[in-house]
Amino acid sequence: MTLQADVLVLLPELVLAVGALALLIAGVTAGDRSTAAVSWAAAALMVVAGWLTFTAAPATAFNGTFVVDGFSRFAKLLILGGAALCILMAKEFFLLEGRQRFELPILMLLATLGMLLMVSASSFIALYLGLELQSLALYVLAAFNRDSLRSTEAGLKYFVLGALSSGMLLYGISLVYGFTGSTEFAAIAKVTAASGANIGLIFGLVFIVAGLAFKVGAVPFHMWTPDVYEGSPTPVTAFFVTAAKVAAFALFIRAVIAPFPHSMGQWQQIIVVISVLSVVLGAVAAIGQTNIKRLLAYSSIGHVGYALLGLAAGTPLGVQGMLVYLAYYLLTNLGMFACISAMRRDGESVEDIRQLAGLSRTQPGFAFALAALTLSLAGLPPLAGIFAKIYVFGAAIQAHLYVPAIVNIVASVIGAFYYLRIITIMYFDEPVRRFDAGIGGATTAIMWGTSVVSMFFVFVPAPLIYLAGNAARTLLP
Amino acid sequence: MSGWPILSIITFLPLVGCAAILLTRGQAAAVAGNARWIALITTIVEFVLSLWLWFHFDGRTSAFQFVESADWLAPGIGYRMGVDGISMLFVVLTAGLMPFCILASWESIESRVGEYMVAFLALETMMIGVFTSLDLVLFYIFFEAGLIPMFLIIGIWGGKRRVYASFKFFLYTLLGSLLMLLAILAMYYTAGTTDITALLHYHFDPKLQIFLWIAFFASFAVKMPMWPVHTWLPDAHVEAPTAGSVILAGILLKMGGYGFLRFSLPMFASASVTFTPLIFVLSIVAIIYTSLVALAQEDIKKLIAYSSVAHMGFVTMGLFTLTQQGLDGGIFQMLSHGVVSGALFLCVGVVYDRMHTREIAAYGGLVNRMPIYAACFMIFTLANVGLPGTGGFVGEFLTMLGAFLANTWVAIFAATGVILSAAYALYLYRRVVFGELVKPALMTIKDLSPREFAILAPLVAITILMGVYPKPVFDVTSASVANLISEHKTALAFDHAPKLAARELNP
Repeated sequence: MTLQADVLVLLPELVLAVGALALLIAGVTAGDRSTAAVSWAAAALMVVAGWLTFTAAPATAFNGTFVVDGFSRFAKLLILGGAALCILMAKEFFLLEGRQRFELPILMLLATLGMLLMVSASSFIALYLGLELQSLALYVLAAFNRDSLRSTEAGLKYFVLGALSSGMLLYGISLVYGFTGSTEFAAIAKVTAASGANIGLIFGLVFIVAGLAFKVGAVPFHMWTPDVYEGSPTPVTAFFVTAAKVAAFALFIRAVIAPFPHSMGQWQQIIVVISVLSVVLGAVAAIGQTNIKRLLAYSSIGHVGYALLGLAAGTPLGVQGMLVYLAYYLLTNLGMFACISAMRRDGESVEDIRQLAGLSRTQPGFAFALAALTLSLAGLPPLAGIFAKIYVFGAAIQAHLYVPAIVNIVASVIGAFYYLRIITIMYFDEPVRRFDAGIGGATTAIMWGTSVVSMFFVFVPAPLIYLAGNAARTLLP
Repeated sequence: MSGWPILSIITFLPLVGCAAILLTRGQAAAVAGNARWIALITTIVEFVLSLWLWFHFDGRTSAFQFVESADWLAPGIGYRMGVDGISMLFVVLTAGLMPFCILASWESIESRVGEYMVAFLALETMMIGVFTSLDLVLFYIFFEAGLIPMFLIIGIWGGKRRVYASFKFFLYTLLGSLLMLLAILAMYYTAGTTDITALLHYHFDPKLQIFLWIAFFASFAVKMPMWPVHTWLPDAHVEAPTAGSVILAGILLKMGGYGFLRFSLPMFASASVTFTPLIFVLSIVAIIYTSLVALAQEDIKKLIAYSSVAHMGFVTMGLFTLTQQGLDGGIFQMLSHGVVSGALFLCVGVVYDRMHTREIAAYGGLVNRMPIYAACFMIFTLANVGLPGTGGFVGEFLTMLGAFLANTWVAIFAATGVILSAAYALYLYRRVVFGELVKPALMTIKDLSPREFAILAPLVAITILMGVYPKPVFDVTSASVANLISEHKTALAFDHAPKLAARELNP
């Protein structure tokens, strides 16, 4: 393949890269006044990249290290959509905070670029490059409120622990390289098919899974999530929870399924254990939380556990279930964080869930939207969450993972408790004062759009499930 | 009208009422008034539609009628609706009780009336959906979605310990139904479909049946509720507003019995037989133990709640006898209990609205000031006891007859339960209604208002009619019940047949 053809495969990523650099130059010249324009331009770039991704034909480039297939397309569209909405939310959030910086949308663009590379990576080197591009941008984003102690702490913590996990990942990659002689997924798969898994390869696999579990925030590598999610500015947290999580999951799926299809027995047990631990810890630890971002951090640990159950199944249905789960998770959390952005009183952000008291009487619409999203996260019908659960648990049942499925479903009853607590506070308690009006058009639109989709998904669930099924089959025929 | 998707209309009509209530704007008092009227009109139209359905229902066949079907979630998981003799009357019962609930809340609910009516109408959609859906996943969605409005009804408009009661209700029921979800998924991957009509003829491996049966049992036993997982019910009943209690006792409890009838008995034939002794023991314990507990209650609503558990014990006992009498009786008992217990809670609501207490000790001698109320209350109490001539008798008699055919000892124990139920019900009636009117607070209490009379009088008529002329009910149910029993026999024979046959029938 010629270089020109290779570059064309990379077109959506190039649009983001060149656009980010151009916007950086424009931002430096125009200063912070240009934040709104840069944000809109960044979102527009993502729409363009999304269109290019959507129309791109399946291809591989750079000697098989970069692959465009149905799976990457599905994940990239989710990432681009989530990232674009996060940029718009961030623009409005920081406008209200009075701390507009044009670097923020550009950093988000660069992180998104890294995510797209991660999703398409088909060799461990490409994977690592994409991952680091994304991570470095995210470390800065976490510490973006540089005058806030919590935010800088979040950035530092994320950086140190992120570097540790990258180290583990690299160590695993080097072991795999040493025992198979390649870093390319297809080549590794060929070697393991021929010779089977030896002890060195399994060591490498364990380190890789540990590093990736860290990136998705699964127990026992979850310690950073509550602190980072709580400390980072709200739209940045939204970005972590939505786009970054989808990217990390897509990477996780491809990095275990593509190179190690023949060692499934080895990685399946690790992932089952991680999944069960995540669900249980997420459910139990969230009960005592009063900060809504911290609560959602534990909730996200739980959701990681449910999604990993699909990966543990290791079947096309499992991957399909995960993709459905990721789409639902991205959508619901965008809405949740739009609601959290809207929780402002006297110009200050409010994050204590007790401040939601009586919201159903002071702001019934807001309360209704937040209630729909919360119940969807709890996985209660008829909201969207139940369909994601049905697919993931269905895949687990089909793969005869009965015990993990039962443990996870029992833990989800414990999890329902803290979601219901939010409903209780909003609907049962005596009201406190209203939140500020005028939170911005995009934030309001995201809040309403996501809650309406959560409510009405029950009537037309088939298209998303169909698309996810098609995407899954390109990875696992 | 035959071309219309009548079941979908009946199921989703209340949501139209919800939308109408949510869209009304204006003065708070006017909005509240509008909400009441919209809810009342919607539920009455709904009731008329359900009567139309009953009128056009063909009781001679056991097949599903008014069937609708459309693609929905995935191959094998579709949107399917239909009713047969087992589900038909539950639709009528649900639609019939709702207008009474709305009327009973007319004055007693003063705050957040719009939201209250929206919650009730949404709940009606979910309840009717449970009885009309012909797909397991669809059934599950309706079954569990009903928890949310009920949670809000108990939690917002309930009594002092409403938050505790609503959480207990929710989490108990959720745990059971999530285990059922796993079983449903397992059935889907075994049989390749969740179409109930197809699954009724599918033969699951007897070993798998055991696990599936347990998972479904977890859900239905909590919902029913059966001893020992009944403890959420007294709390939920006591804290719920009057109409919430009516719906809980009248409809939500019936979903458990309906589930046993629709899924456990026909789909897991041999597992049902295996577990019949367990069901009998739990039913007997429920009948005797909760009747004794009811005797000791100080709170009127709690007493009726425990009596509900006891009456549901008759239902589970009747269903698992797998005789025509037992099944017919179980269904009849559920229907009559739906009316009678609903009416009893409405009676409690009448005095609660006046005195704002449910303590039995706070009442006494009501007959002196409230003769009409005392008469209504008496008829419902006697129906609850199972006096011949009331609806309660037919169901209890038939379930015991069925039990006698299946196992004499079970029938003997159940019969002692009838005596105990007379004891607690009459004891309650004596303490509340008879005696001297000595309490100063009761001196000025007023008899039924025209609205309250309009609520209770039709229920009195239905209760007596059901006792005197139960034939219309059996006309609807008997064909489906007979079919269920014969199918069950076939399935049982199949499960005991050599493995080879299994491969032929389940390609």
